[in-house]
Amino acid sequence: MASVIQRLKAYWRTFSRPSRHLSMGFLTVGGFVTGIIFWGGFNTALEATNTEVFCTVCHEMRDNVFAELKTTIHYSNRSGVRATCPDCHVPHDWTDKIARKMQASKEVWGHIFGTIDTRDKFQQKRLELAKHEWARLKANDSLECRNCHSEVSMDFTRQSMRAVEAHQRELVPGNKTCIDCHKGIAHQLPDMSGVEGW
Amino acid sequence: MKRSTFFIAAMFVAGTTLAQSASDEIATLRHYTLGDEPEPPRIADIIDSDERRARIHPMQPPTIPHKIDNYQVDLRANRCLSCHSRTRVEESQAPMVSVTHYTDRDGIVLAEVSPRRYFCTQCHAAQTDAKPLVQNTFQDVADMLGADAASQ
Repeated sequence: MASVIQRLKAYWRTFSRPSRHLSMGFLTVGGFVTGIIFWGGFNTALEATNTEVFCTVCHEMRDNVFAELKTTIHYSNRSGVRATCPDCHVPHDWTDKIARKMQASKEVWGHIFGTIDTRDKFQQKRLELAKHEWARLKANDSLECRNCHSEVSMDFTRQSMRAVEAHQRELVPGNKTCIDCHKGIAHQLPDMSGVEGW
Repeated sequence: MKRSTFFIAAMFVAGTTLAQSASDEIATLRHYTLGDEPEPPRIADIIDSDERRARIHPMQPPTIPHKIDNYQVDLRANRCLSCHSRTRVEESQAPMVSVTHYTDRDGIVLAEVSPRRYFCTQCHAAQTDAKPLVQNTFQDVADMLGADAASQ
């Protein structure tokens, strides 16, 4: 027992004062290089989870929301600019992104235990899931919409009359944010009975 | 064997000549023989002007003057009613669905849109800028009345 503790102490001495054993230059450069490798690796892994390919690995996403997205203008349109899952569902700022990724661990739990592993189960839970996204977009003033759709760059003369009226009345004075009206534009809607504005 | 081949060939020739002579008389929208694969016409654009159109007759369901691409109308949600329902028109400034939509088939007025009037596109249609494929000789009743009065 005592010898084990002795050995651990020896390890700790080496660990806590590495410069007694290794050169300062090696430690500095080595630490720098290792830092790059780990940080880069972390970010690469993070970005790999931030792709449509990753999202649609699970059939819950592929057969429900992704299948629905394919019929909408956010997937296929005249200019070929399109939104992928993380464009709308993952914040672009780093801290917010990490916070969202931590939340997403619950989605892994849901996948493992089959919370929405059939279309019926998904439809049952759909309102709750949609409400989470509506609340998130409402709270950040539809930030993920505005990452592409800038209010300043909107040419009202090229919009239809009812769009112009609605945008001038509600969007410009800040009475409403995008998600207040534009629900169910990229996926189908849940049962909307009881939802405000429906 | 040779005979039957000749017979089939004769039938084929007769068939094609018949079809060609008939194509001038039978009303058809396909002006090509069955073997031809004509280039499909361009898909017409939906008119998105938001301007109301005159109705052909008083009971005609009004046509939709805007795009309705991907509008969800099913058990779970009705995108049309999210603007056109009684409670929504104040905010949306859209015309309210007519009161006829609130009665059931016995004429009883309901609190909400009757299920038989729920599926908007059964009667209401968006319009495209496509040219009519066939000529239409429909006469507006107002024109008929005018012509009638002029002849008397």
